[in-house]
Amino acid sequence: MTSRRIDDHPILGASPNCREVTITVDGSPLLARDGDTIASALIAAGWTAFRHTEKRHEPRGVFCAIGKCTDCVMTVNGVPNVRTCIALVEDGMRVETQEGLGTWRVP
Amino acid sequence: MARTVTHCDVAVIGAGPAGLSAAVQLGEAGADTIVLDEKPAAGGQLFKQIHKFFGSERHMAGMRGFEIGELLLSRCEELQIPVRLNSPAWALFPDLSLGTTFEGLPSAIKAKQVIVATGASENALSFPGWTLPGVMGAGAVQTMVNYHRVRPGERALVVGAGNVGLIVAYQLLQAGIEVVAVAEAAHTVGGYMVHAAKIRRMGVPFAMNHTVLSAEGEGRVERCTIAAVDEAFVPQPGTERTFDVDLVCVAVGLSPAVELCSSMGMEMTHVGELGGWIPSHNAALQTSIDGVYVAGDVSGVEEASSAMEEGRLAALSALSALGVVRRPEAECLRTKIKESLNQLRRGPFGSTLAQRKEDVCRRHEEQCLTIA
Repeated sequence: MTSRRIDDHPILGASPNCREVTITVDGSPLLARDGDTIASALIAAGWTAFRHTEKRHEPRGVFCAIGKCTDCVMTVNGVPNVRTCIALVEDGMRVETQEGLGTWRVP
Repeated sequence: MARTVTHCDVAVIGAGPAGLSAAVQLGEAGADTIVLDEKPAAGGQLFKQIHKFFGSERHMAGMRGFEIGELLLSRCEELQIPVRLNSPAWALFPDLSLGTTFEGLPSAIKAKQVIVATGASENALSFPGWTLPGVMGAGAVQTMVNYHRVRPGERALVVGAGNVGLIVAYQLLQAGIEVVAVAEAAHTVGGYMVHAAKIRRMGVPFAMNHTVLSAEGEGRVERCTIAAVDEAFVPQPGTERTFDVDLVCVAVGLSPAVELCSSMGMEMTHVGELGGWIPSHNAALQTSIDGVYVAGDVSGVEEASSAMEEGRLAALSALSALGVVRRPEAECLRTKIKESLNQLRRGPFGSTLAQRKEDVCRRHEEQCLTIA
């Protein structure tokens, strides 16, 4: 999949050099950039469905991107319903597509 | 159980243009201030605004939104005002104590005055397929493209020709995303003509008197169908047009983020032109709860420039209540801010906004008299 990063921008110029951060998404490693939210890292990788709804199992993605609508929630390090649009990536973070209301899997 | 209680003169909830401007004004007057924001970064929506602001020098015209954000934040730093991030204010009580989170732990703040500057959130538009990934708020797309610098799609349809829709359409083009059309249910462009002209020159077609019928796709948006509407906004059969798009940007207005205000039992009032339900307030931005003020989009959706002026106005009210500024001095500053706000509210949409704001204040004063 081609990158969806905007590395050159007519107003903002070139992307700043950011440290790379590795997270896992549904078990697979994904390279993100320091300062990414989980949502922006996933969008950069072409991810679309962040979760499936409880009753109809419909896919949901990002709607508001500012932490208001809760459409983009996923299970992060075993904690369900994390708003991925305002949660920053951290090295070794485990991100999972959330099914329904999610399940706590914190040791 | 709260682990810590912090006392301060003024707690400002929200570190956007209104909250930060309030904080600067408070800090300059020497008030002990704490700013809270639920997000991991301060600046509210300023950092995704890469266009130049309009207005006069006072309104920082010619500066881009993110530059204004940087300026406000560095001023807060100079004044050593703590801006607590990842700190949602989840409860506000009439005694002006606040439930929040600090460094991951529950925490309480006891303030003498509180300024609520929680902003607004984007409205959704209901149509078959509106929940599909790829149907996003236009502001959300703006955040992704200008702040995080990622493309949520390659071909976009923009719904709504207000300022947000127009500006985002242009910024999509700047980011290398194709814009197939801007659809607008009204027969005129709602935003500034200068923004409309820019994207028109770039070859983006406008579909006026058109609404979205549906979005379709397997797991995400792949197509979007629009249709012409009559005067009663009823879609006309036979006018459907389908675009192959992987992004639908919904720019159909904002609603004030009033959850904190309404949950503490504040008097609310409904004004359609200001975004819906807002806390009832007077000209000094005082709400129905003693010592609680509102500023920015939460007190009625306008622009960042007016939000900054309202932040200063609310700060002035808090400072007067604390006895930190003297009355003649406060009056003088207040007059300047009000002149500036009137100027901002005089634009193409302005006169209505100014009128509605006055109505809100008049109603609030009447209510206070009735209660007294």
